[in-house]
Amino acid sequence: MHADTVAEDEEKWLAEGIAGVQQNAYYMHRALDSNNLKDALKFSAQMLSELRTSRLSPHKYYELYMRAFDELRKLEMFFREETTRGNCSVVDLYELVQHAGNVLPRLYLLCTVGSVYIKSKEAPAKDVLKDLVEMSRGIQHPLRGLFLRSYLSQISRDKLPDIGSEYEGDADSVNDAIEFVLQNFIEMNKLWVRMQHQGPQRDKEKREKERSELRDLVGKNLHVLSQIEGVDLEMYKETVLPRILEQVVNCKDELAQFYLMDCIIQVFPDEYHLQTLETLLSAFPQLQPGVDIKTVLSQLMDRLSNYAASSPEVLPEFLQVEAFAKFSSAIGKVIEAQPDMPAVSAITLYVSLLTFTLRVHPDRLDYVDQVLGACVKKLSGKEKLQDSRATKQIVALLSAPLEKYSNIVTALELSNYPKVMDHLDNSTTKVMAVVIIQSIMKNTTCVSTSDKVEALFELIKGLIKDMDGAQDDDVDEEDFKEEQNSVARLIHMLYNEDQEEMLKIICTVQKHILRGGPKRLPFTVPSLVFLALKLVRRLQGQDGDVVGEDVPTTPKKIFQILNQTIEALYLVPCPELSLRLYLQCAEAANDCDLEPVAYEFFTQAFILYEEEIADSKAQVTAIHLIIGTLQRMNIFGVENRDTLTHKATGYSAKLLKKPDQCRAVYACSHLFWVEDQDGVKDGERVLLCLKRALRIANAAQQMANAARGSSGSISLFIEILNKYLYFFEKGNPQITSSAIQGLIELITTEMQGENATSDPSAEAFFASTMRYIQFQKQKGGSMGEKYETIKAS
Amino acid sequence: MNYLMGAFKPPCNITITFSDGKTRKQVSVKKENGKTAMVPVFQSLETISGEVSIDPVQGKKVEHTGVKIELLGQIELYFDRGNFYDFTSLVRELDVPGDIYEKKTYPFEFSSVEMPYESYNGTNVRLRYILRVTISRNYVSNITEHRDFCVRNYSPVPTMNNSIKMEVGIEDCLHIEFEYSKSKYHLKDVIIGKIYFLLVRIKIKNMELEIRRRESTGSGPNTYVETETLAKFELMDGAPVRGESIPIRLFLSPYELTPTYRNINNKFSVKYYLNLVLVDEEDRRYFKQQEISMYRLLETPASS
Repeated sequence: MHADTVAEDEEKWLAEGIAGVQQNAYYMHRALDSNNLKDALKFSAQMLSELRTSRLSPHKYYELYMRAFDELRKLEMFFREETTRGNCSVVDLYELVQHAGNVLPRLYLLCTVGSVYIKSKEAPAKDVLKDLVEMSRGIQHPLRGLFLRSYLSQISRDKLPDIGSEYEGDADSVNDAIEFVLQNFIEMNKLWVRMQHQGPQRDKEKREKERSELRDLVGKNLHVLSQIEGVDLEMYKETVLPRILEQVVNCKDELAQFYLMDCIIQVFPDEYHLQTLETLLSAFPQLQPGVDIKTVLSQLMDRLSNYAASSPEVLPEFLQVEAFAKFSSAIGKVIEAQPDMPAVSAITLYVSLLTFTLRVHPDRLDYVDQVLGACVKKLSGKEKLQDSRATKQIVALLSAPLEKYSNIVTALELSNYPKVMDHLDNSTTKVMAVVIIQSIMKNTTCVSTSDKVEALFELIKGLIKDMDGAQDDDVDEEDFKEEQNSVARLIHMLYNEDQEEMLKIICTVQKHILRGGPKRLPFTVPSLVFLALKLVRRLQGQDGDVVGEDVPTTPKKIFQILNQTIEALYLVPCPELSLRLYLQCAEAANDCDLEPVAYEFFTQAFILYEEEIADSKAQVTAIHLIIGTLQRMNIFGVENRDTLTHKATGYSAKLLKKPDQCRAVYACSHLFWVEDQDGVKDGERVLLCLKRALRIANAAQQMANAARGSSGSISLFIEILNKYLYFFEKGNPQITSSAIQGLIELITTEMQGENATSDPSAEAFFASTMRYIQFQKQKGGSMGEKYETIKAS
Repeated sequence: MNYLMGAFKPPCNITITFSDGKTRKQVSVKKENGKTAMVPVFQSLETISGEVSIDPVQGKKVEHTGVKIELLGQIELYFDRGNFYDFTSLVRELDVPGDIYEKKTYPFEFSSVEMPYESYNGTNVRLRYILRVTISRNYVSNITEHRDFCVRNYSPVPTMNNSIKMEVGIEDCLHIEFEYSKSKYHLKDVIIGKIYFLLVRIKIKNMELEIRRRESTGSGPNTYVETETLAKFELMDGAPVRGESIPIRLFLSPYELTPTYRNINNKFSVKYYLNLVLVDEEDRRYFKQQEISMYRLLETPASS
């Protein structure tokens, strides 16, 4: 309500002001038309008196000012005509307008005549300008003063005694031009700063907003300065910049300091900034604590790095002026000077500096490290950051080198990198770790020394182990898996041609991941195991004689490590996984001709099977795995082999479900018949297994009959038949065609039996088996002969 | 009234002309009836000469006991109306007693007349110079005619002309220092100066410089003082802060000023003051008055 009426009133006042301007302008025009100088002055002064109002907001005042401004243009034209016609000398006119009793109209008129005066060249431009800028001190009201001086700036812009200008006077006149603009700038800034103290405290916010609207009036002066031809580097360095900075620092106003620093950076050329870096930067620590230095400095660094990027030939200059060192120390000083600066601002500054150095000095890794080090220093002694914006900035800080070098290895050389990470909270540490890993993945970076691996794992330790005081309860399961999978992927990226180093890497990784706790191990251990096995295979691919005691990298050693690693999984527990890993290892050991090792792995696998794997389904899977692996083993001596196969067969027969038993047992048959050159070929025991399987199948069927009144599927028999056929073909003497014949008949009978349930898949299976037999028969040759004796259907 | 006018109409017309009346500089002065008239300007020690012509009305003769012309310097104090005090009185006899039948012309000359005081037309006092022709007659009243002229005396540029510099203030409230470049100004001079704000704790709205004329007449208990503000010249708009300096440049030419007159014939004085006024936001006025001395500088063509 209150605000509304204020706005309404303001509209009214503005309307009145405009009406006043228009009315007096009308009379002024009449006087101009009749060449009546006296009246023209009188009415123009009255018109300008409308600008004496204190009731308008800057926005509205501007509107009024513009009206008067247009009229003044006409008046100026009149003055010019009047003086060129010789009706009145410009000097007299210059005095005449000063007879006006009110200071504001007087000064507007003075400026207007002053413009004509300079143009007439009857007096040196510098003298007129000096007088105008000095006289303008009469307006101490901020708003009115700003507009008056802005008018002065406007009319004088094209009349500065600049180098090459038609108003250029004697040798040093450019100094006068600069002095004039500087002075006007300083006075305007003072007025602008003072504005905040006008009026009641409660309107402060509104006032600051209004003030902000006026900033370009002040900033315009800097722009004018930058346009002056005579402001060369020397001049800028010696005079212009120090004067501007002096004013900026002394005005002690946040709004102004922020805006003006930004202005300086924007309007003057990059080259100047580079050459005056020290001076410019020295101003920053002196600014008010509330000034958003980070934005301004970032701007500057951005600009300079763009400058460096756009013209590589200026790079030596950067080095020559030690741009980085200067920025670095300036930031240090700013932070020191503003102890209350929030961490986020400080870090943002470092991010900018980092970006700068990455762009300008990409080869100077030590700079990057310095930046990080400084950041660590700033953060040291503080708790972990809670401020989300600050952490975001740290992530940016840490990501920047990764992006730039697209090679984590570079980052790993930065000693301060992990120290910075220490200041992140747990969840952010993880985010950062994921970022690092992703960077590695994206660039398929190969991390190739154990030192680096050590450093890398130090960096991503957020993912590797539980952090102190971490609240993992609320961690999303999905995210956790994602993270751990990425760690697992990362492990595969570690590689070194040199086996010894590779072993070291493996040890390092092992050291780290074993600390991961039960939740992480199932994800990470397999990766490590396979990484190690990869090395084993590389060793094994070499000449056999490397397997010696003096060679540090032996498969044996690796297997020891593997053993330890897998053992760690006991804690989890996840026996199925361990079992698979053991079997993998066993197989690898087999390939390395390390019988005891392989035996040991099998033992472990069996123990696991016995002690840990209770679930029947898991048992079935496990036993098949064991059988499969064992079958491929060829290094075991008779005794060891017997023990293991015996065990395996034993377990098979002890499975819970009959069909499972049956299938496991017939699978065991393969343990006794290995198709290698010198593989085991124990036909008798094969037959034993198969017969046993048949028995079990029978028993299964009977049980089915008893329990459900229908005989179960005959598919077991068909499966066994297929095993028979396999061994028959392989030439196992114990498997005779008659036995096969018998089995076929048995199946046929069963299928036609009264209790038989129709089982289409089994029938199809049988039919195709029979077709196979038929096919083999027709093939002729030795195989055909073999099959001759079997009657199919 | 016409016939009455006719009845008392003087029997002759008297005209006073100055010998260099066509070329002499003239200025406008305000007459009692409010009208302005142009009168010639003289300065002290000039010779005032001219002619008096007496032209009797057609068919009448003027009988007289003598014709004389007087040059009078008079001070007229308004509170003492009607009493002229003649500080200068010079007489020239133009004719011996006799009759005038037709137009007669008498030359006159007052050589090197000392006219120490300037013509002045103030609020309570007037100083004027006149030439008065008197035709003395017996039994009937004398016929008189007078002609005003203006005296202006020029002063040389003063050898001593110190600046006025002063620090004034209200304790813990306002402290300023001002400086006017001179203490003596000629009438077309420019007042140049500066005001420094040393301490500002009040909210100043604006600042102006006034030119005030203080005219005091009479003496002793009968002293009348009249102060008149001749100029109000705004110097500053808005509230300055500590350390600001505000320039002063006030052209005196637009204002009707006279030189400073000190104790003219023990009858009156006219003094000029610069009054610096600061107005705060509650319209309270803070001021400091300083006397300046005005003088008339001979206008050489070069200086104009």
